[in-house]
Amino acid sequence: MNNKVQISKGVDWSLVWIYFILVAIGLLSIFAVQYRETDNISNILLKGTQDYGKQVRWIVICAVLAIFILLTDSKFFTATANLQYGAGIVMLLLVFPLHTRVAGTESIIRFGGFQLQPAEMCKIFTLLALSKFLSRPETDFTKPKNHLIAAAITLFPAAMSILQRETGLALVYFSMFLAMYREGLPDRYLVTGFSIGAIVVATLLIEKNTLAFILIGIGIGAVYFLRKQIKRDRALLFKIITIVSLCIAVQRFAVPFVFKNVFKSYQRERIFSSLGIDDPYKDKSTASLEPEPEKKKKDNKDSYNVKQSKIAIGSGGFWGKGYLKNTQTRYDFVPEQHTDFIFCSVAEGFGFVGSLILLAIYFVLLWRLTVVAERQRSTFSRVFTYGTAAIIFFHIFINLAMTLGLAPVIGIPLPFISYGGTSLITFTVLLFIVIRLDADRQMVLR
Amino acid sequence: MSVFNQSRSTIIRLIFAGAFILLIFRLFQFQILGSDYSRLADENAYVKKTIWPSRGLFIDRKGIAMVKNILVYDLQVTPSAIKGMDTLAFCRIMGIDTPTFRAKMEKIIYRGGRTLPSIYQQLIPYDIQYKFEERQYNFPGFELVQRTERTYPFNVGGNVFGYLNEVDTGMIRRSGGYLRSGDDAGINGLERFYDRVLRGERGVEVFVRDNKQRIVDKFEDGKYDTLPVAGRNLKTFMDIKLQQLAEKLMKNKLGAAIAIEPKTGGILAMASGPGFDPNLLSGEGKRKNLNDLIQDPTMPTLNFAINGMYPPGSTFKPLGGLIALDEGVMQPSNTVGCGGRYYACGGKGVGCHGGHTVNLRNALAVSCNSYFSHVFRKALDNPAYANVEMGYLKWKQYLSDFGLGHRLGVDLPAESKGYLPDTSRIRRERSAGWSSCSVLTLGIGQDQMLTTPLQMANAMCFIANKGYYYIPHFVDSIEGETKNDTILKKYRVKHTPVHIPDSSFEVVHDGMQAVLEEGTARRSLLKGVTMCGKTGTADNFFKGVMQKPHSWFVCFAPRENPQIAIAILVQNAGQGATYGAPIASLMVEQFLKDSLSPSSKKRAEELSKITIIPSDVKYKKYVRDSTVAYNKFEETGDSSYIRIYLPPPPPPVINKDSLAKLEKIKLEKTKEQEKKDADKKAKDAADKSKEANLPPKKPELEKKPKDKDSIKK
Repeated sequence: MNNKVQISKGVDWSLVWIYFILVAIGLLSIFAVQYRETDNISNILLKGTQDYGKQVRWIVICAVLAIFILLTDSKFFTATANLQYGAGIVMLLLVFPLHTRVAGTESIIRFGGFQLQPAEMCKIFTLLALSKFLSRPETDFTKPKNHLIAAAITLFPAAMSILQRETGLALVYFSMFLAMYREGLPDRYLVTGFSIGAIVVATLLIEKNTLAFILIGIGIGAVYFLRKQIKRDRALLFKIITIVSLCIAVQRFAVPFVFKNVFKSYQRERIFSSLGIDDPYKDKSTASLEPEPEKKKKDNKDSYNVKQSKIAIGSGGFWGKGYLKNTQTRYDFVPEQHTDFIFCSVAEGFGFVGSLILLAIYFVLLWRLTVVAERQRSTFSRVFTYGTAAIIFFHIFINLAMTLGLAPVIGIPLPFISYGGTSLITFTVLLFIVIRLDADRQMVLR
Repeated sequence: MSVFNQSRSTIIRLIFAGAFILLIFRLFQFQILGSDYSRLADENAYVKKTIWPSRGLFIDRKGIAMVKNILVYDLQVTPSAIKGMDTLAFCRIMGIDTPTFRAKMEKIIYRGGRTLPSIYQQLIPYDIQYKFEERQYNFPGFELVQRTERTYPFNVGGNVFGYLNEVDTGMIRRSGGYLRSGDDAGINGLERFYDRVLRGERGVEVFVRDNKQRIVDKFEDGKYDTLPVAGRNLKTFMDIKLQQLAEKLMKNKLGAAIAIEPKTGGILAMASGPGFDPNLLSGEGKRKNLNDLIQDPTMPTLNFAINGMYPPGSTFKPLGGLIALDEGVMQPSNTVGCGGRYYACGGKGVGCHGGHTVNLRNALAVSCNSYFSHVFRKALDNPAYANVEMGYLKWKQYLSDFGLGHRLGVDLPAESKGYLPDTSRIRRERSAGWSSCSVLTLGIGQDQMLTTPLQMANAMCFIANKGYYYIPHFVDSIEGETKNDTILKKYRVKHTPVHIPDSSFEVVHDGMQAVLEEGTARRSLLKGVTMCGKTGTADNFFKGVMQKPHSWFVCFAPRENPQIAIAILVQNAGQGATYGAPIASLMVEQFLKDSLSPSSKKRAEELSKITIIPSDVKYKKYVRDSTVAYNKFEETGDSSYIRIYLPPPPPPVINKDSLAKLEKIKLEKTKEQEKKDADKKAKDAADKSKEANLPPKKPELEKKPKDKDSIKK
């Protein structure tokens, strides 16, 4: 009795409810994708043969984990944050010699019937470590040195993930910069980051000489508008010139270099297909040998996945086809329809209205997380909550953008809804740590 | 410290909101604006299986089905599902060996893929089907699929019923969305004309399939399935026995025999010679048979009854007499003398059987050309009209009213119009100031006048009915006919184009009765029946060369209460009385008495055995057959193909001059050269001799005498 009072005290029930709603939606969506009329549901749930049966098991495991987290003292997290991070890094490094051979990835260790993906779990540890670092009283986050340390904490696991061929997971770590931004990371980092992103995208979309002229034009415009400041401070002119020439260097040399030498051809293909253009860096020697597939590409810029996913979403219409009447996702037309492309099932079954409702639930979750974050007294809790919000947001946005053909296809699950034990556990742990920390918001954690 | 950055929480929230708005915008684009996706999804997931309705039948006037639908079985195979089948047993049942089976399966997989069912063999014979069904559990992936095919128990009516075949794009377009590619539909004949009535409505079963095209389940437990509606039967006027007799008599001849019930316009029988057995164009071998029939120079697939256009010759005379009587230019008792030829227009004149003076009745009985030439001129030069053109137009109008010169509208597709020359053409081809003499032979059904046998049969109905006709048609009623079935509406309208007094008809009837009782066709008189008829012997030309005349006969019987009107045409058979009249007489007997007397049966057998193929068709046949044979010979080098077309081989020819020359120039190459030379010569000789061996008609055909006006009769 005493315990129960302790658990529920201070818990933000709205987050818990949203969590249950999302998990339920996820389970029903997986069910809608996999259920066949001949299935014996009780049997499947008991044995966990079908994926929805397995998902039920994962949910039970998550519920147990959540209760454990709620029973834990908040100080445990602050106290062991660095330790956990260290353990996470060790695990990540252990993956390299020990990883199991699974197609498309080198990030999984399997022992017995159990498989472990340290890169996924490392999100939690990294976020803990980042929170710990930022909440240290001696950390002055206005100093560039500390910016570097924070970035290193975040990006080291990201680099490991890339080496393990999990580009999608690696990108997730970048979302933590949002939490740092809240803690006072100067604007210019984000602005520079966005600018580089914009130039890369522009390079891919716009013809290179045209883009160079546009950039020079922008530079001349800047000189014109800032002419009075330039009169006072000649160094500004040099800055502008340097920036413009840097930009041109990026679009002329850096981007083609990266695309030619760093990315694999399938990655390039995905990126360009999401932009709706042909791959201009395609290996010319193979292209000339096989001219026909190239021609086919022109007719059909979308990859099969994205095309079928678009058909599934589009065919939902306003009200949707109804539950269990989704033809696209029930009959395996959309690949990965129960994991990364699970949103198709919702959008096809429940249409625009259903999709809006799902997005609204997600938005309420994110909003609530920011509200919760702002009411924390301790920096640790705030950073961790913002970090959680940022990770969830990044997953939602990239996953839906990928499903809707806006972003390249990278394997990123939809939080709480996609099938998969690892991702469900990660998000559950993240969210319930937030709830745990929030329950102790009156305490100042260090 | 970080509290100072609180405003940044707003920015973070704005980033969240912005991203969500972008996603919502994209969703809106797909789900609200994108209209195509739902169709694409349906195409992905649903398979509609058609359930074919049974096609309507043709019922004859006595209620006998003239066509039947039989169930046939196709063997269908799904290659991906045949694992663990007993190949040896299968091959034994099908009567093939294992390699053949493998090769066939490979072909099927190559064409249709592994996962989709393809047809392994069409039309499985009954005994194989029986054996197969017994052991079907041994052959996973194989399935017998039911289908219906037409069959014709009486083996007649090919040209009437037409046949079914896969539709072409034009038919799909015109069908208003009913037909789809791969469907069968009536291509010709009644099958085509009544296709909409006969075909019924397809049923649909909706299935759901997955991304590998496998059928998963019935969609919504068959909620959207529709049952097929069977095609409706057609009750026709036809008498299958009469049809059989008519086709038997027209066999081995080119031409047509038509019998119509005058009171209703219902066609009792329509035979086109040589015709074909409709069973040839149903089921196995359809394609090959169709090809053979179409290439046959005797044109068995052409319905001469509605597509053959011939000068009516003397069968036109009753109509000419009617016109004259109605215009008042002649009285029944008026007589015209005939001194062997009709000289009133000068020149050679029109030949006549001569030496008598006749009134209308007798003129019909003896088919007097002088009389009808005279009558024709009188009609054209009728003082009631301003000039000969006006007179001619009036005369033409009469014929048009009798149903000549335009399509009657029979319920068969592609009817021919026939032809009545118009004044502009006469003016152009004769002279601007033409007179009734210029077109004199029109009056005896020659010149440029062309009619189809059906039009003449219809004209007989008009005369038999004393002034009205119904458009000739086969179908009496549609089973379960409703107000929406407008297709038969026009056949129930009585056509009374001109009001000619009964007395005029009586005179013509008198004359036509006399034709059989004392006139040209007296040998074909049927005892106990008052028949009225008229023979015709129509001159005709092929490439300007006069051919043997067409044998015509038209008649109706009995005179008092006409029950059958007949038109017979036998191409290039000679006198109307020799072939036309006896055939008609047999048909009248068959219809009125429902059987033939023993002597008539014998006569019918004799007639059916006579082969009359026009020389031009023989020539065409020869050209075609010899060309085919020569191509075969060239292909295979086997001279047995062309031997029957060649005279005995000519003695080997060696060109001695060239031989001597070559010997002088190069002795060492002589032998080779000689061999080559001889071979070439032999081949040339073969070609030449083939050309020289054309039928005796050929030289005659090549010269083209222009004197079309030489008319005899």
